[in-house]
Amino acid sequence: MKPYEKVQAARRSDRPLGGYYISRMIDNFVELHGDRRFGDDGAIIGGVGFLGGKPVTVIGMERGTSVEERMQRNFGYPSPEGYRKALRLMKEAEKFHRPVVCFIGCAGAYCGIDAEERGQGEAIAENLYEMMGLKTPVISVVVGEGGSGGALALGVCDTAIMLENAVYSVISPEGCASILWKDAAKAAEAAEALKLTAEDLYKFEVVEQIIREQGRTAEEICADLKAAIVAEIEAKRSMTTEELLNARYAKFRKIGA
Amino acid sequence: MPFSFEKVVTKTCKKCGEETDVEILEKKLHICPACGAYLRMGAYERLAMIADAGSFAEMDGELESGDPISFPGYGEKLAQARKDSRLPEAVVCGTARVEGSPCAVFVMDSNFMMGSMGSVVGEKITRLFETATEKGLPVIGFTTSGGARMQEGIISLMQMAKVSGAVKRHSDGGNLYITVLTDPTTGGVTASFAMQGDIIMAEPGALVGFAGARVIEQTTGKKLPHGFQKAEFLLEHGFVDRIENRERLKSTLSNLLKTHEKPENGGNQYEAV
Repeated sequence: MKPYEKVQAARRSDRPLGGYYISRMIDNFVELHGDRRFGDDGAIIGGVGFLGGKPVTVIGMERGTSVEERMQRNFGYPSPEGYRKALRLMKEAEKFHRPVVCFIGCAGAYCGIDAEERGQGEAIAENLYEMMGLKTPVISVVVGEGGSGGALALGVCDTAIMLENAVYSVISPEGCASILWKDAAKAAEAAEALKLTAEDLYKFEVVEQIIREQGRTAEEICADLKAAIVAEIEAKRSMTTEELLNARYAKFRKIGA
Repeated sequence: MPFSFEKVVTKTCKKCGEETDVEILEKKLHICPACGAYLRMGAYERLAMIADAGSFAEMDGELESGDPISFPGYGEKLAQARKDSRLPEAVVCGTARVEGSPCAVFVMDSNFMMGSMGSVVGEKITRLFETATEKGLPVIGFTTSGGARMQEGIISLMQMAKVSGAVKRHSDGGNLYITVLTDPTTGGVTASFAMQGDIIMAEPGALVGFAGARVIEQTTGKKLPHGFQKAEFLLEHGFVDRIENRERLKSTLSNLLKTHEKPENGGNQYEAV
């Protein structure tokens, strides 16, 4: 697939997102709601459960399937409350030394008047800052479209995994084309130029692992992904907190140095 | 002088259209004499306003961006930006003194590709925080940016995380970080180090936000409220500590640096000496 075909595949309305992986991967999942400040955001699901028999905190972006669900989830565009809920749950995970797993798939953070009034930028900034120092392993998986800061707000991690046909970009190809070339129709060219495929990101050492999708069913992909996450968490268990945080710092420190 | 730069002699106020001699503006803190609007300032103009004379020592001034994702036309764009702005990149970093108090300082400059953040901007600010952490210096940061630089793709996005890590370590070391949000501060810079200060100040009327106003209007179809995303709007919603005017900015920064000075005994400020 060409880069823009991958963008379109990542956006397909039937592409599994956080809700799918949580329901199939996490046993005894208990959803926990709200940011304890203003509200609850349907675009980000969070809670606790068991992954491969061991407790985890899991946070996933979700757009929903039915029209009602999509409206309730704001079509998968997270609000500041979603990021603040995610951080609250991550801090709770830190307290109980429980690993955190994040599923990323959103075109971007919600851009609306109310989101700005409630500090969308501040909410994302706070997550980046706190996740850099979170004293428990964080594994992030880009499962759909990883759109800019709204995706990165769940992407500061020890290991980044990406599905083969997921994309991850600083800006949407349409946005890039319309700003640079004043022509949103040049999105396919922008998608090439932005180097947003899993392979590109692996090459740039932004992601450490790619899960193959070609010729595999959703169930098989989910099983592979689960095995990869479990293995990554196990690998982090032998590290001291200091080693973990130093390695996380170094992972991002080397990018663009 | 056949090869000299064409010297900029006047600046036009975006608000009222008044054209003023740069020499006059320099004496008037780059505030429009006709309408009082705050004109954007270059990094060195800002440093001259804030740092004690002769105290600024630049760091990593030679760092220039490459073209990490081989983005079409980026090389030429960078060359043009260097020529037009006479700057190697969109941020200037170093150490300085403010009314005698030592600090590390970074100043972004919107004359260079709208202050956008690519790998070099991220790297320079990260190095500044690392140095400040090592030396126990406070950091003062002036932000102005259109956000992450799309011509460096995912590498730009990752600078948000990279700088955040350095800010966190600086803070964990017990050091002060003050940000001054200037017009405009948007996108990935708002969503990272601009909003991570212990103290966040803004200039009057500065545009500060995450998403672009036009994008919000187009996607929601709603009319934006008066003063949307201005510094005063952020103050009202509790996202900045104070709005400071240029006449008072240096003395306020100095006061803040002095109130956060670490006691000589290394202990807490309330401990009996």
